[in-house]
Amino acid sequence: MAEAKPDQMDYYQQEDLLKPDYHPPKTGWMDTPVDFRPGSWIYPGKPKHLEYLGLPNPREWAVTDEDWKLPENWKEILLDGIQERLDKYRTFKIFMDVCVRCGACADKCHFFIGGGDPKNMPVLRAELLRSIYRKEYTLAGKLLGKMVGARELTIDVVKEWFYYFYQCTECRRCSVFCPYGIDTAEITMMGRELLGLLGIYVNWSIEPVANCFRTGNHLGIQPHGLKDTLEFFAEDIEEATGVKVKIPINKKGAEVLFVTPSGDFLADPGTYTCMGYMTLFNEIGLDYTWSTYASEGGNFGLFTSADVIKSLNAKIYAEAKRLGVKWILGGECGHMWRVLNQYMDTMNGPADFLEVPKSPITGTVFESAKSTKMVHISEFTADLIKHGKLKLDPSRNDHIRVTYHDSCNPARAMGLLEEPRYILNSVCNNFFEMPENTIREQTFCCGGGAGLGTDENMEMRLRGGLPRGNAVRYVQKKYEVNQLACVCAIDRATLITVCDYWAPGVTVTGITELVVNAMVLEGENDRSINLRLEPVGEQKEGSDDA
Amino acid sequence: MAEFDVGNGTTVEIDEDGFLQEPENWNKEVAAALGKTEGVEDLVDEHWKVVDFLREYYLEFGVAPMIRKLCKSTGFKLNKIYELFPSGPAKGACKIAGLPKPTGCV
Repeated sequence: MAEAKPDQMDYYQQEDLLKPDYHPPKTGWMDTPVDFRPGSWIYPGKPKHLEYLGLPNPREWAVTDEDWKLPENWKEILLDGIQERLDKYRTFKIFMDVCVRCGACADKCHFFIGGGDPKNMPVLRAELLRSIYRKEYTLAGKLLGKMVGARELTIDVVKEWFYYFYQCTECRRCSVFCPYGIDTAEITMMGRELLGLLGIYVNWSIEPVANCFRTGNHLGIQPHGLKDTLEFFAEDIEEATGVKVKIPINKKGAEVLFVTPSGDFLADPGTYTCMGYMTLFNEIGLDYTWSTYASEGGNFGLFTSADVIKSLNAKIYAEAKRLGVKWILGGECGHMWRVLNQYMDTMNGPADFLEVPKSPITGTVFESAKSTKMVHISEFTADLIKHGKLKLDPSRNDHIRVTYHDSCNPARAMGLLEEPRYILNSVCNNFFEMPENTIREQTFCCGGGAGLGTDENMEMRLRGGLPRGNAVRYVQKKYEVNQLACVCAIDRATLITVCDYWAPGVTVTGITELVVNAMVLEGENDRSINLRLEPVGEQKEGSDDA
Repeated sequence: MAEFDVGNGTTVEIDEDGFLQEPENWNKEVAAALGKTEGVEDLVDEHWKVVDFLREYYLEFGVAPMIRKLCKSTGFKLNKIYELFPSGPAKGACKIAGLPKPTGCV
């Protein structure tokens, strides 16, 4: 095997990553420039994607270049941009003014815990922007400058913003501890929007955004490709269960539109979760449809700008209207639920052409989704189980000793804490919780959310994944946990690496995969193999490490 | 963007990770040259079976297939794909077949 490179996990020695240096540098933070070492930053957006999206300043450039090829009036663009956002978003102004630098957030960020870089203390990451705000928009800052934490906007500040606003996964764990409730994700979002005005984006976010505009999903899967994929899944479902499932696509007049992240159409183990949805809906006879237009639940606009969030999200309601469905069901995605639960209604609603979601199987009305008209698959499934509508044999999952990773946004942005646990306890006999300060509202991020889950960022992913990986390792040792369940496609992609590195032997799964593996289906075969087409009872180590 | 020397007097543009920028610039010489960057010295029939399937799928659907589809269609198990392409199906086989790198929640 060739020598490992910085984009491969084998490049990093565990003993090095286990000793983050928490000593701050000798120089003050304003005088400490960014060290762009390989493995700790993300490639810039390719010009063709910026051109496609009509975004400013498309060009070839590299992060390590001295000259980032910014517009001549870059400073004016940024200052105007800050002013515009201060006028537009009251929260932004409050978050710039209200922080008293108490430090409650300082040691709550996974990147600070795993990396030790003081600028990854959320308070200091926000200061990178706040210092400019003070200098330009407060009297004290204008007069007293550095004495009151104000500084000049320079090119080095822009580079620093890029480095650290793309070392925040917008997970909002720090916000849980902030006595003022400062939403640090919003500060990162503002920072990224401002960088975007200069044409500074990361390709890992902007290419999916361009794909989503063009084809309806981040991966660029076209309608005939989605159909082919779902048919492929149906073949495997039949092999695993003996049941031939229906594949309703773009079905007008269906009761429910189902939307899930497109990662579930391509990457294992998300693909097994997708097979889970198809089998579950088929078994309960749900009148639903897939859409080839709204074929993405995720929204990388959240990692880009408010305008992009809005335009990508608009497809979901537009398609619900076109197809004439009654309500919308959403799959196991993380950041999608921040957008759906907190922005969708005001950005693209009101969806008054839809009905308040009501399960056709149990009659339950989902009051929590009254305004958005969109229900989470875990709420829907938990309700089915609660009403005894699924025939379950949890012993079919007895070879699995599972723990649950609360995906950041479902947990913190929509309060989805009990339903996944209720489901897991119903479909598995061996469910074990990680330590309490690492789950529920205090859950630790996978380290790769918000557009950071790309391999060239491997050092930061492993460092940021350390707190989560450490908690997984703990339950692996204590309870012999061998699988981690989650409800997020980014988790399903990035936690494979985190587990392989910090808790090797633990594989990753979506919840619906486990549900269907425990379900007794009408007309099923002997069920000797699971949805992964592996013999039941054999938990293969690292089997989803594809 | 970097220029990659195919070795027959031509060059193609590649991205930071060595993936072909424009998939239409792919040909068998490009595949052979890219193979050498991914630990595949000579492309033999079994390699071509994988590469040809990836090309066909890409030309029909505009994206890379899921790995399971690649395995099922070629009849090769995942460990066999790794044997053929040491850096794996995505970074190895897809790169050699001239496909763009998948992005998103993957």
